[in-house]
Amino acid sequence: MNYETLQELGEQELERQETIEHRIFCCTSTACLSSGSGATLNALKVLVDNGNSDETEAEIFQTGCMGLCSRGPLVRVDSKEKPDCFYQDVTPDVANEIFSRHVPSARNSSPDFEIDLSKHVLPQDIPFFTQQVKVVLNQVGQIDPENLKDYLAHGGYAALAHVLENMTPEQVCAEIERSGLRGRGGAGFPTGLKWKYVHLEKAEKKFVVVNGDEGDPGAYMDRTIMEYNPHRVLEGMMIAAYAVGAQYGYFYVRGEYPIAVDRIRLAIRDARRRKILGKSVMGTEFKFNADLRIGAGAFVCGEETALMHSIEGKRGSPRMRPPYPSTHGLWGFPTVINNVETLANVTSIINNGADWYADIGTEMSKGTKVFALTGQLKNTGLIEVPLGISLREIVYEIGAGVPDGRKFKAAQTGGPSGGCISDEFLDSPVDYESLNKLGSIMGSGGLVIIDDSINMPEFARFFMDFCVDESCGKCVPCRVGTVQIRSLLDKIIAGEGTKGDLEKMEKLCMMVKRTSLCGLGQSAPNPVLSTLKYFTHEYEELLAKDNGNEEA
Amino acid sequence: MTKKNDHPSGDERFKAIDLTMKRFRHEKDALLEVLNTAQETFGYLSEDLLIYISSHLNVPMSQIYGVATFYHLFTFEPLGEHNCVVCTGTACYVKGSSTIVERLATDLNIEPGGTTADGFISLTTARCLGSCGLAPVIVLDGQVMGKETPETSSESVLEILAQSTQTEHQEVKAG
Repeated sequence: MNYETLQELGEQELERQETIEHRIFCCTSTACLSSGSGATLNALKVLVDNGNSDETEAEIFQTGCMGLCSRGPLVRVDSKEKPDCFYQDVTPDVANEIFSRHVPSARNSSPDFEIDLSKHVLPQDIPFFTQQVKVVLNQVGQIDPENLKDYLAHGGYAALAHVLENMTPEQVCAEIERSGLRGRGGAGFPTGLKWKYVHLEKAEKKFVVVNGDEGDPGAYMDRTIMEYNPHRVLEGMMIAAYAVGAQYGYFYVRGEYPIAVDRIRLAIRDARRRKILGKSVMGTEFKFNADLRIGAGAFVCGEETALMHSIEGKRGSPRMRPPYPSTHGLWGFPTVINNVETLANVTSIINNGADWYADIGTEMSKGTKVFALTGQLKNTGLIEVPLGISLREIVYEIGAGVPDGRKFKAAQTGGPSGGCISDEFLDSPVDYESLNKLGSIMGSGGLVIIDDSINMPEFARFFMDFCVDESCGKCVPCRVGTVQIRSLLDKIIAGEGTKGDLEKMEKLCMMVKRTSLCGLGQSAPNPVLSTLKYFTHEYEELLAKDNGNEEA
Repeated sequence: MTKKNDHPSGDERFKAIDLTMKRFRHEKDALLEVLNTAQETFGYLSEDLLIYISSHLNVPMSQIYGVATFYHLFTFEPLGEHNCVVCTGTACYVKGSSTIVERLATDLNIEPGGTTADGFISLTTARCLGSCGLAPVIVLDGQVMGKETPETSSESVLEILAQSTQTEHQEVKAG
C-alpha cells in the first residue's frame, strides 16, 4: 500500500473522529491498569454500548501513559466546543459521573452517585504539566496504541514516506547528526554518527535492533513509549534501517513487559498487513521486515553485545569491544542498536527538521529526555523535560517536593550504574556532561528521589546486591569485585569497619570500574563511590569506635 | 493418534512448543523463544521438557542448560498454585518493600523464593516491574497492586490463604 492510500485511511479516520462530540480517553498503560483503569474503561464502554448516547456523541478510546501515574487511573475528555478536561483517580463510579456530566443525553439515564467531581479534576496549569516539553510524548493521551489508523490520522508514517521519497540514506544520517541526537540508553553516543558508520560498511546483510531491555530498577520510560505509541518506534526503526541499508530488524523487549510486548507485536502485524513492512515498503524499492524477541530477565542483556548474543539464542554474556556492532553485530553482520527512546525521537526530527530539535537543550546535550520520576515525591510519574533543566526544577516544581514534612536528601540517577547527587548540587543542569562530572550518569532515565529517612550506606548496599546478582560472571573484576565490595559494605554497616576498610573499598571500586569487561561492571561501583563522596560522614559514623585510630 | 515426533505423554501443551519451533523452522537461534514458550506453557522447565527441546532443535543439553540457567525468568521447580511477587526495585525499596517481604515471609512461614509445603502459595521477589509510580508494588496471581503497606499486602495474601482452608484443596484448577 503506498503512502497516499495510507494517508487517505488516516484522513478518513480523522474525519470520523471529528464528527464525535465527546472523545473520552482512558489511560491503559501498566501504571493506570494497576490502579484499576481496566474497570474504568469497561464502565465507560458499557455506557456507550448501552445506547446512553447517540453514535456520534461519545466514543471511548484507550490511550497510553498521561504522566501523573501516582494519581491514576487518568481520564481525559476532549469535547468539540469546550476545553479539555482531565480527571484523576477515576473509579468506575466516577467514570459514570463524568460521562453523565459531559454527555447531555446520558444525564437522565445514568444513576446519580452524588460524587463531587471537583475532587477528581486534575488542573492542567500545575508545574507538573507546564514545565514539561513534549517531543517523544507529544501524542500522549491522544492516540490509541492498538489502532494503526489512529496513528495515521495523527500524521503517522509521514516521516518515513518523506525520507523514502525525498532523501538519500546519506542525507538521513547527516540530518540526524546535525540534530545532535544522542543515544538515550545511557552512554549518549551521537546517533547520526552511529548510523553513518553502519551505512559505510559494505556487507551482504545489515540489521537494526531496538533495545527495549529496560533493566534499570526504577525506570519505565521505554516501556511507556512502547505501550503508548508502538508505531512511532517502528517508524523510527525503519528510518534507521533505510539510512544504514538494513533489510531486517529486531525488537528486543523485556519479558517483564507483557503489555509492551503485545502492542509491539500487534503493531508489526498491522504494519505487515498494510504493506508498511515487507518486500516493498509503501510501494517503494525499500525492503524491510521486523520481528520481535522477548528477553528472559537478565539485566546485562541491555548491554549491546550481550543483547545480540541473546537474540542469537545464546547466554547473554557481553564480549570485548572492538569490534563494535557497527562492523561485527548480529551473526557477524553490521548492526545498528538503538534505544527505544532514541528511535522515538527520530520521527519528530524528520518532521520538524534538525534545527528545530537542536534548539532544545544545551550546547552538548540536545533535545529532551524522558525521566521516570519516582521515590519520595508528591508527584511521581513520567516526565519529559528539555536537557539542561536543573534538578531543583524537577524535584520542587514538577515533583512538588518531598511529602510528609521530610527533607530532600539525594537524587539517584542512572539506576544501579548511576550515582546519588546531594542537595548542594540541586542547581546543576541535567545533561550528559554535568551528571558525569558529579560522578553519576544520565543513564536510561530513572530518577529516584530519596528523603532523609534513607541510610546511604544501606542504599549503596541495595545497589551492590543488585550488581552481585546480575553480574554475568564472565570477567573477574565484576564477578569477584562486586561480591567483595558488598562484603566490605556489610562489615561497615554492621559497625565493624575501620578507616582502612573505607580506603580499601574505594580502591577496589576504582579497580572494578577500570578493568571490567562491560558497562555493568564499569559502572557497578558508582552508587558506592558517589555516596562515599557526598555522604562520607554517614560511613564514618558507622566505623568501629574503639579501633578507628590504630588501624590503617 | 500420536505422530512420530509428538511427545509420548500425549500432553497437549507440547503443541505450543512445537508451534514455536516450527515458526522458527527449528533454527538453533530460536532457543530463547522456545524456552520462553515452554516456561509460559508449563510454568517451569522440567528436565523432560529440556530433553524434548534439545532433541528437536538439535542443541546439546549442556548448552540448553547453560542458557536456561542464565536467565532469571526461567525456573526449574514448579511454583505454588498461587504466587505473590513483591517488587524490590529502587522505587519500591525506597518506599519500604523490604518490610512487606518480611511481613509476608512471617505470615506464610516461608523464605522469599520459597513455596509453602503444600504447594499452595509461593512468595517471590522481582527486580523491577516498571510500575514505579505506584511504589511499593506487589503482584498477586497476576494482578498488580500498588501503594501497598505490609498490612494491606498481608491482608490480601491471608485472604487467599483463607480460601485454601475453606476448600481444603478439594479443587485444584489447572493453569
